[in-house]
Amino acid sequence: MKALSQKRRHPMAALALLVMALLLTGGLYAVATTTNEAKAETTTYSAQDIEEGQKLFQSNCSTCHGMKAQGTSSGPSLIGVGASSVDFQVGTGRMPMQMQGPQAQVKPKQFNEEQTDQLAAYVASLGAGPTVPDAKDVDIADGNSANGAKIFLANCAMCHNAAGQGGALTRGKYAPSLMGVSEKHIYEAMQTGPQNMPVFNDANITPDEKRDVITYLKTLDNNTTVGGFSLGSLGPVSEGLFIWTIGLVVVIGFTVWLTSRAA
Amino acid sequence: MSTSTDFEYRPTTRTGRIANYVDTRVGGSSIVKEFGRKIFPDHWTFMFGEVALYSFVILLLSGTFLALWYDPTMTSMEYKGNYVPMQGVEMSGAYASTLNISFDIRGGLFLRQLHHWSALLFAMAVAVHMLRVFFTGAFRRPRELNWVVGCVLFILAIVAGFSGYSLPDDVLSGNGLRIADAIAKSVPVVGTYISMFMFGGEFPGHAIIGRLYIVHVLIIPALILMMIVIHLFMVVVHKHTQFAGPGRTENNVVGYPVGPVYAAKAGGFFFIVFGILAAIAGSTTINAIWNYGPYDPSPVQAGSQPDWYMGFSDGGLRLMPGSWPFSWEINLFGLAIPLAILLPLIPMAGMFGAMFAWPWIERWVTRDNRVHNILDRPRNAPFRTAVGAAGVTFYAVQMIAASGDLIATHFHVAVNDVIYWLRALYFVGPILAFIIARRFCLALQRKDREIVLHGRESGRIQALPHGEFVEVHEPLDEYRRYKLVDFQDHQVQPARANAKGKITAGEKVRGRLSHLFFEDRVSPVTPAELEAAHGHHEPEPVAVGAGSHASQIEK
Repeated sequence: MKALSQKRRHPMAALALLVMALLLTGGLYAVATTTNEAKAETTTYSAQDIEEGQKLFQSNCSTCHGMKAQGTSSGPSLIGVGASSVDFQVGTGRMPMQMQGPQAQVKPKQFNEEQTDQLAAYVASLGAGPTVPDAKDVDIADGNSANGAKIFLANCAMCHNAAGQGGALTRGKYAPSLMGVSEKHIYEAMQTGPQNMPVFNDANITPDEKRDVITYLKTLDNNTTVGGFSLGSLGPVSEGLFIWTIGLVVVIGFTVWLTSRAA
Repeated sequence: MSTSTDFEYRPTTRTGRIANYVDTRVGGSSIVKEFGRKIFPDHWTFMFGEVALYSFVILLLSGTFLALWYDPTMTSMEYKGNYVPMQGVEMSGAYASTLNISFDIRGGLFLRQLHHWSALLFAMAVAVHMLRVFFTGAFRRPRELNWVVGCVLFILAIVAGFSGYSLPDDVLSGNGLRIADAIAKSVPVVGTYISMFMFGGEFPGHAIIGRLYIVHVLIIPALILMMIVIHLFMVVVHKHTQFAGPGRTENNVVGYPVGPVYAAKAGGFFFIVFGILAAIAGSTTINAIWNYGPYDPSPVQAGSQPDWYMGFSDGGLRLMPGSWPFSWEINLFGLAIPLAILLPLIPMAGMFGAMFAWPWIERWVTRDNRVHNILDRPRNAPFRTAVGAAGVTFYAVQMIAASGDLIATHFHVAVNDVIYWLRALYFVGPILAFIIARRFCLALQRKDREIVLHGRESGRIQALPHGEFVEVHEPLDEYRRYKLVDFQDHQVQPARANAKGKITAGEKVRGRLSHLFFEDRVSPVTPAELEAAHGHHEPEPVAVGAGSHASQIEK
């Protein structure tokens, strides 16, 4: 202790204190947020969650969806859409919407996990609807990517492109790319049919099949492409563009080089 | 012929004896003597035909490898190969064998990608070569028939590409076949019969892949090879064209002989093209058929497009309104004729027809039937360049329309708006391109005139003894001047009466076209004008001009 007190006027003492303080607050924050996450995994909501959710809803969502989520002329009713829908729309940053448009865009999330859960709890309390999937529902270790590929190509590729890269819909609407979307959000999208997407309920695509689809998408997402650069996996358009730009420039470069050399 | 004399060559070395043995039996030396002395002028734009030829050779080589492993059957089977997401899926033997080539056979994916990239490069090189020939007027007498052979090769390249693209029997290529089926069916009266004939019954049937396979590996390559032989034979007969320059006339060719220099260059260039393609094929995915899945007639996936050379046809169909302003379907005595598919094909067929006939159209309008071995710079034939620009625009609008949905997603616009704009451009674009390209050419010609007459602006200002400031213009050296003054100047050829004293309707059209093409024109600088201009610039300091003149020649 004596050694420590003798060094208290050392020029580096202030810096050392600062580092210690930062480590402490950072550590505490990390612990605090993981506790929040742990709590978020439970799908049962407490009365307090619902109450907090209602407050958040009224101050952030009610302009369009109405004070009791009954819907207005500028936003649909949320009664019966379920916690899953809220978790998807708010959890991916689509809601609250930045502006009215053909469809809600992905943007940085406005609410943290806890607030998202509170909003979900409130909306779930208004009427029965799809719940947020459990971790085991979306565990791709149990999925079958071959079956997933079959279901994906038969049901999803028309809008999302064969490699899940997204595609255009009418009048400025679009099916977004599925690369980098979390397992839970893919599951919720199938379950609730956000924006222009149809609902694929459990009778249509069973929970096991949903997990297979997610497994296939994650196979596409995580595996390096076997043929080299994928050119966005967009098919012949990007390939044609490649040969008419890079291919042509390289060929022209060589022709110019060859003919500039007098024999 | 001359060997009938009593002199007989006696080789002294072993190699010489073998060579002489062969030569006295096949007469190789006279071929080498004739062909080896062929002169080819050097210009980088003359090399795209070579690129096409070399990519075709690479296509033959890589295609042979693929044919060893590919199985052209539509018999259904269960996939048991290495690609996990397709394991246990029912698919045709064709699709399964293509997956095997991609995932189970050593080097298979590389050669598949090499083959497909070579096909894209082949079609592109053919197209660029055609554009070069068109815009420089290399199709004029005596080369009109070779232009037609080239056009046939372009169409064969498209058919070759399309038939090969369909062979893997995946969803994407099946969609392409479905459109081909729809086009066949849209032909009035006989359409359904043609379709049934092609597919051996209802689409998709069980015959089409086997048939396309024979078309792709036998019929089309044989036709292409035959056309290439005719094409090159005619090049040898006609000799190569050249750009204007000192010592170059309509009656000579200035360049290097095939043997040895040009042959070495061309041989090296083959390996360069091979290298470029191998680098692309080894690093960049093409046609990831494992993503699309085995063919199933029900789905059409987002972002489904054909390869670029077929894009114009797909785009034309996308631009055609389905039911606006009325339903494009005529019901004639109980026969439904779907015009929505037939109509957009007609202007396209017209464009290809005009492409084939252009050498004769141009000869008819200009009344120019002379032999041309000196090429035009595109600016010096504004009418032709403008027509070509209009044709390219018409083609490009349709090709771009094929990717309308990807334009929409990548530039964040509505796909409907993309199509509306492209519809407008389909009609307005070629006209605008014609006007703009012609104005550009005329402006460039005026600039050339200016440079020939007054030299280049050097940016140096000199004060003369009496206080006047002048900018020094550097006169052009003779070698550069050749390029700028040696071109042919077409004039308006008004409609003329024929022998019977009558101006026919066709002649009136010709007269009007001639008027449209050559009403505005810039003549090349005449020697008299040049003389006058130089006289005018007498007070210019000669020493400065002469100095830069010398430095330009040294380059």
